[in-house]
Amino acid sequence: MSEITLKEMSRKPDALICGARLCAGCDETIVVRQVMKATRGPTIVTSATGCLEVSTSIFPYTSWEVPWIHCAFENVAAVASGIEATIKAMQKKKEGPLAKYPNVDVISFAGDGGTYDIGFQALSGAIERGHDFTYVLLDNEAYMNTGIQRSGGTPFGASTTTSPAGKIILGKRETKKPIDDIIIAHGTPYVATINSAWPLDVMKKARKAIEVDGPTFLHSLAPCSRGWRFPPEKTVEIGRLATQTCVFPLFECKQEKGRPVYELSAPSLAIAKRPETKKPIEAYLEQQGRFRHFFRPTRNEAHLKELQESIDIRWQILCEKAGV
Amino acid sequence: MSERKRGWKTLPKGAVPYKSSKDYQTGDWGVAKPIIDRTRCTKCTLCHFFCPEGAITVREDGYTEVNYDYCKGCGVCANECPVKCIKMELKK
Amino acid sequence: MVANQKMMGLNGDEASAYATKQVDPDVVAAYPITPQTIIVEKYSEYVADGLVGSEFVAVESEHSALSACVGASAAGARAFTATAANGLALMWEILYIAAGLRQPIVMAVANRSLGGPINIHNDHSDAMGARDSGWIQLFCENSQEVYDMSVEAWRIAEHPDVQMPVMVNFDGFTISHTMENVYTLEDADVKKFVGKRVYMKTEGPKGEVEFRLDPDNPISIGPLDLQDFYFEHKVQQMEAMKYTLKTIKAVDKEFEKITGRKLEYVYPYKMEDAEVAVVGLGSAMGTVREVVDELRAEGVKAGMIKMRLFRPFPEEDLKNAIGKVPVLGVMEKAYSIGGPGAPLFEEVKTALYDSPKRPLVADYINGLGGKDTSPEMIRGVFKSLQKIKERGAVLEPVSYVGVRE
Repeated sequence: MSEITLKEMSRKPDALICGARLCAGCDETIVVRQVMKATRGPTIVTSATGCLEVSTSIFPYTSWEVPWIHCAFENVAAVASGIEATIKAMQKKKEGPLAKYPNVDVISFAGDGGTYDIGFQALSGAIERGHDFTYVLLDNEAYMNTGIQRSGGTPFGASTTTSPAGKIILGKRETKKPIDDIIIAHGTPYVATINSAWPLDVMKKARKAIEVDGPTFLHSLAPCSRGWRFPPEKTVEIGRLATQTCVFPLFECKQEKGRPVYELSAPSLAIAKRPETKKPIEAYLEQQGRFRHFFRPTRNEAHLKELQESIDIRWQILCEKAGV
Repeated sequence: MSERKRGWKTLPKGAVPYKSSKDYQTGDWGVAKPIIDRTRCTKCTLCHFFCPEGAITVREDGYTEVNYDYCKGCGVCANECPVKCIKMELKK
Repeated sequence: MVANQKMMGLNGDEASAYATKQVDPDVVAAYPITPQTIIVEKYSEYVADGLVGSEFVAVESEHSALSACVGASAAGARAFTATAANGLALMWEILYIAAGLRQPIVMAVANRSLGGPINIHNDHSDAMGARDSGWIQLFCENSQEVYDMSVEAWRIAEHPDVQMPVMVNFDGFTISHTMENVYTLEDADVKKFVGKRVYMKTEGPKGEVEFRLDPDNPISIGPLDLQDFYFEHKVQQMEAMKYTLKTIKAVDKEFEKITGRKLEYVYPYKMEDAEVAVVGLGSAMGTVREVVDELRAEGVKAGMIKMRLFRPFPEEDLKNAIGKVPVLGVMEKAYSIGGPGAPLFEEVKTALYDSPKRPLVADYINGLGGKDTSPEMIRGVFKSLQKIKERGAVLEPVSYVGVRE
C-alpha cells in the first residue's frame, strides 16, 4: 500500500476518469479524485442522485473505473449498509464472490441534498448501526443539480432560487444546519472536514477515514461556479478563502473512550495560533454572486454583522473544543 | 458519433453502461487551453491534483502534461499554479 | 423422488421466516410493520442463536430496507426483506428501481390495507399498488403455500433468463398469524434446490462481465438514462417479464418433484361444467372452494379459480381455466378509486376481451380493511352471478360485498 505523498499519489491512476459531463471547474470532481487516490484496495462506491452521479453515468458512458452503484437520492447510506453487510456476511461465511478479499472498502458520495435533508434519515440510521463505510459529503450548499435550490446546508443570507434575494426577503433566513456537530453527536468514530485546496490533507484524512473501523464522515466544501456565481478558474481559491475566513475550518474529530476529541488541521491551527491572520468573511463573500445583495446596491451591514458574528462564535467554540 | 444506437434486443442487461467516458472527449468545451511553461515549472504536481477532469497527468520525468482531448479550459490549474507557469491561451 | 418432509405447526409469518432461514440469504434488511413483525422477530432469533449466517440489518425504515437489499444484491448477496401496507408504499420508489436494476431480491408481503385511515388488517391494496413495478407477484392461500413459495422464489428470481425481484404475498393476520400444518423440507434439500446464486451476464466497458459490483471487473449500476435509452431499457424489462411465463413453469416442475405438491399458475376447481364461477387471489379462495362444494351439493353448477401467479399475468392459463363458463365473478380485496373497476377485474376483463366467446364478468369488491368475507357473503355473490346469467347481462359491473349502507 502506497504512502500518502503528493509524489506517490500523482502516479496512482484515477478511479474517476476524464470524459465526465460536470461543469468546467466543478469542485466535486476535484475532491472525488483526491479522495479516491487514498483507497487502499478493492473499493465499492455508492452515489446519491446529484451532480456527480448524473454527470458521471450518462448512459451508455460511465466515468467510474471502480464498481459503482446509484440507487436513489435519499438512500445512499442505506445502499452502502447493504453492501457492507454483504461483505461482512460473505467473509463470515467464507463464501461468495467478495469473500476472497481481505477487505473491501465502501465509500459513499452524496451532496448536501442527499445528506442534510432527504438523505439524513438513512445516514443517521447507518451510523447508529455502526456499518464500516466512509461517507463523503460534497457540500455545494444548495440543490445544485436541479437548479440551485436552497438546502439545509445553504448558509444564512445566500441567494438561491427558492430563497432568492428579493425586495422583501434577502436570501435564506435560516442558518446552515451544523451537520458536523450532528454527526459527531452520533458518536461517529471519525469525522473530518476537508477542502480540495489542500490535497495532501484531503488524501491523508480520506485514508484515515477508510482505515478506521465503523462509520466515518468526511465533509468537503464544494464551491460551485454556477450556483455561487464566480468564474470557474477560482473554484479552489474560493474554497481556500472559506477556510482562511473560518467559514469552513479544517479539523478532525475522533472518539476516545466515549468522548469527542477535536484537532484542528494545519491551515486552521495556524489561524488559531495567530488570530490576526484570520480574514474577515467579506473577502470570501464578495467573490460570490450569491452574496451580491450583501454589498449592492448598498452594503447590508446587518446581514454582514450577523453572518460574521455567527462564524466567529462557531470558530471560537471549535477552538475551545480543540483546546486551542 | 455516427454509429446507430443499440436497441432493446442488443443493449446490455441491467442497464449497464457499456462505454467508458474515455470515448467522450470533452476537449472541445472550452474557449481557452492551458499552456505549461516547463522552464519555470517546479514539478510540484499540484495541477494534477487540482484538475477536475484528471486531464493533467504527471510524466515519468516529473513534469505534468495536459490531455487536450478532455481539458474543458476551466483555468483552475493556471489560477492555482504556485509559480504561475501555466497560462490560459484562447483557442483559435 | 419426493423429499422427506416434516410436519410443523407454523403461521404464515413463521413459515416465511423458517423457509428463509433454510435458504440463509447473506443479507436480511427489514423494518417491522404489523402483521409482518413475526418474520423479523423470528429471523432475529435465528441470527442471535447463530442458526444462520445472514447479516441482519435493522434498518430505520422500509425505504432503507429495500435500498439496503438493492445494495446487497448488487454486491452479489442473496437479499431478503419483508413488509406490508404502508411499508410497501414507503418503498414504492425503490420497487421500481430494484426491478429496473434487475436485482433478484425476495420480499414477503403480509398483505394489509393502505392507510388512511390506518387499518392493520388484510386486503390486497398494497400489492396491487406494486403491480406495474416489474416485480414478480405470487399469492398464497395458506401457510403451506407461503413456505413453498418462500423457498421457490429464490430460484424464480435468480433464473438466468429472469433476474427479477419476487414478491410473495399472503393475507395479513388471516394467514400471517394463523397456525396451520406445514410440511417443511430438510435444510439440505432446501440448500440443494436453491443452490448458489447465479449471476446474470452483461456487458461493461471492458466486455462481458457478471452483473454485480466486482472489484476485479468494475461496472456501473444505475446510470442516468436520457430520452434515447430509457424506453429501450423498459422494453427489455417488459419482454423479460413476458418470458418468465415460461421459466416459472420450469422451476415449478422442478420444485413439484421435490415437495410432491402440484404447482400451477391458476387452480380451477369444478370449472368443467360450471355455469357460475368466481376467480380471485389469496386465502378467501379457500372459503370460496368450500362454498362451491356446498352449492354443488344443492345442485348449483358452481366453480371457482384461485390464481397463484399475478405478475406476470397468466393470461393463457386463466383463459383455459375459465373455459366455457357463461358468468364469472371477480372477488377481490382491492380497489381503484375512480377506475372502471378494481385491479383484478380490469385485468381479467382485458385478458378476455379479444376472445370470441367470453363470459359476462362482474366485480365484487370485498374484505377491505380486513372485513370478514363469510360463506354467507360468498353465497350472495353466487346468487348475484345466477341473476346475471338469467338476465343475460351485467347491470352492476362493480359492487361491494358486506358493506353497511
